[in-house]
Amino acid sequence: MSTESLRIVWVYPDLLSTYGDRGNMLILARRAQLRGMPVEVLEVRSDQRLPATADIYLIGGGEDGPQALGAQRLIADGGLHRAVAQGSVVFGVCAGYQLLGTSFFAKGTRYPGLELLDLSSDRGPTRAVGELAGDIDPRLGLPPLTGFENHGGRTHLGPGVSPLARVTAGVGNDEATEGAWRGKLLGTYSHGPALARNPAMADLLLRWATGVHQLPPLDDTWSDRLRAERRAAVAAAARA
Amino acid sequence: MPLRAKVASSVSRTAAALSRAAGRGDGSVIGGWLGLKIDPDLLAHLSAGRAIALVSGTNGKTTTTRLTAAAVGVLGRVATNSFGANMPTGHTSALAKAGSTPYAVLEVDEHYLAQVLEATEPHVVALLNLSRDQLDRAKEVAMMAQLWRAALVRHPDIRIIANADDPMVVWAASPPPNHDHRIAPPQVTWFSAGQRWHDDSWVCPECGSTIQRSGDQWWCSGCPLRRPQPQWAVEDDGVVDPTGAWHKVKLQLPGKVNIGNAATALAVAAEFGVRPVDAVLQLGTVTSVAGRYAQVERDGRNIRLLLAKNPASWLEAFDMADEAPTLLSINARDPDGLDTSWLFDVDFAPLRGRQVLITGDRAYDLAVRLDVNEVPFQHIRTFDEAVRAVPPGRLEVIANYTAFQDIRAELDRVN
Repeated sequence: MSTESLRIVWVYPDLLSTYGDRGNMLILARRAQLRGMPVEVLEVRSDQRLPATADIYLIGGGEDGPQALGAQRLIADGGLHRAVAQGSVVFGVCAGYQLLGTSFFAKGTRYPGLELLDLSSDRGPTRAVGELAGDIDPRLGLPPLTGFENHGGRTHLGPGVSPLARVTAGVGNDEATEGAWRGKLLGTYSHGPALARNPAMADLLLRWATGVHQLPPLDDTWSDRLRAERRAAVAAAARA
Repeated sequence: MPLRAKVASSVSRTAAALSRAAGRGDGSVIGGWLGLKIDPDLLAHLSAGRAIALVSGTNGKTTTTRLTAAAVGVLGRVATNSFGANMPTGHTSALAKAGSTPYAVLEVDEHYLAQVLEATEPHVVALLNLSRDQLDRAKEVAMMAQLWRAALVRHPDIRIIANADDPMVVWAASPPPNHDHRIAPPQVTWFSAGQRWHDDSWVCPECGSTIQRSGDQWWCSGCPLRRPQPQWAVEDDGVVDPTGAWHKVKLQLPGKVNIGNAATALAVAAEFGVRPVDAVLQLGTVTSVAGRYAQVERDGRNIRLLLAKNPASWLEAFDMADEAPTLLSINARDPDGLDTSWLFDVDFAPLRGRQVLITGDRAYDLAVRLDVNEVPFQHIRTFDEAVRAVPPGRLEVIANYTAFQDIRAELDRVN
């Protein structure tokens, strides 16, 4: 951790916040506070400088126009690149995941990405809308991914990243893999408040940010029930 | 009316009556569906000869339609789709059922506005707001504004009543820069109803620059788009008309948002020649709207129903609700949208200190949200259980669309 408290930055909520993206910030902050960590949360709008010294950066989803604008401003700002070079954690969701790559499509045009992850995105034949589930890379030690996806993009991973998960339901990157990670950077098509359904992933980000390998367990009764219910719903849909 | 349209109209009415008699629903969709099968132009035929107002937007359209119908009622009989059946089948049913009326006020699903403009050739269209709603299915906000704009520019003769506080609506109601200057642009009357929700209009739909805000004002930092001066505005518990006269609005419906809906209704009615002083009296006669705001007594509990479908309307519901035990019910069936992510766009903190009960198909999504929000709650399985779990007195029920309909069915389809 860079300072006395855990610093979480929500990047450009004015542009990249379409589907309850605020949830990821709220969940990380709450799970840190319940472990007694002091937390400082910053919402940085796109007309402000991005501080380079925070511990966790959250980048949410957005429509095509805001996504293109957000990428442009992040490249011009340079703060996120400096933060990554210093070992900060980045969690990108949907449009925020795509723009971490080398390029993405918005409004029919190819835009340069931040080149923080070795991946590129283009348009798929159909819009992927619905439940998304997958088995997460065993090296991350997480239970299965559950989420909801809503995107028109397909993402192609280069050798410099690992898939976050193997898809068991839904589309993700390309119906085979979903999301990507490298070092302390992680992206997913599980959109909006992805961490609400995946509290263990929230804890992974907290462990990366703090270097604490064992976090005290929390009462996850409600998210456990939610995960079980969603798993059952996906299984029922597969049988139908 | 052509013979085919007459037959279709009659079939439509009969089917609606049968549907109601069989207890299958309000009959507000099935009749229109059958009628349109027989005569695809039935809506246009039924619209001919009526002075029509359309009301569209993400939120408030059912209530605003009801208030507007009451206000226009000063002049004569008004046909209206008062059960919230807001697609062409619902409009067809409503007009067929009403028979011949000089006026019609129709609520229109925002996705169908272009189609219904073509079919009904209205005198006025009221544009309330555009915000995120069922994003897994609905068009994204900017795309919806684009569709509205393209439709409206094809009908320069229609009067537009539009919300000056919503940048997306203002943009949709303004002709595009490449508009043919030989054709007069549509006439717009602006109203200001206040707007709590800003999170879908930070980016200018015209040029992509940031929208700046200060107090009531907003303007684009990169192009001339800015808040127009409203001719109608909410002030305290009343509405200021274009002459500057203030009219006290006494409603039986709760919340500041409904004073805003009243301002819109008065502006639309004025386009038909109804004086605000006459219209305002009619607004006070509206008690509930398709179950919304309805109050039901059961086992000593006074149960009030509030519908909240998306983040913007949840903010309004918390403002309307009393400090009383509150039941929240969330589903994610097709009409609701399958995605519950929006729960994190709502701050439930106003509920702290109230007894909160949760239910519905997706109660666990809500449970996780409330947990993070530090709002204590109790999960219950049935509506009866909720009624028994609270002390006698007011029970506020806030639910999204199908959850609301489920509870309304428990209460004998209260209107």
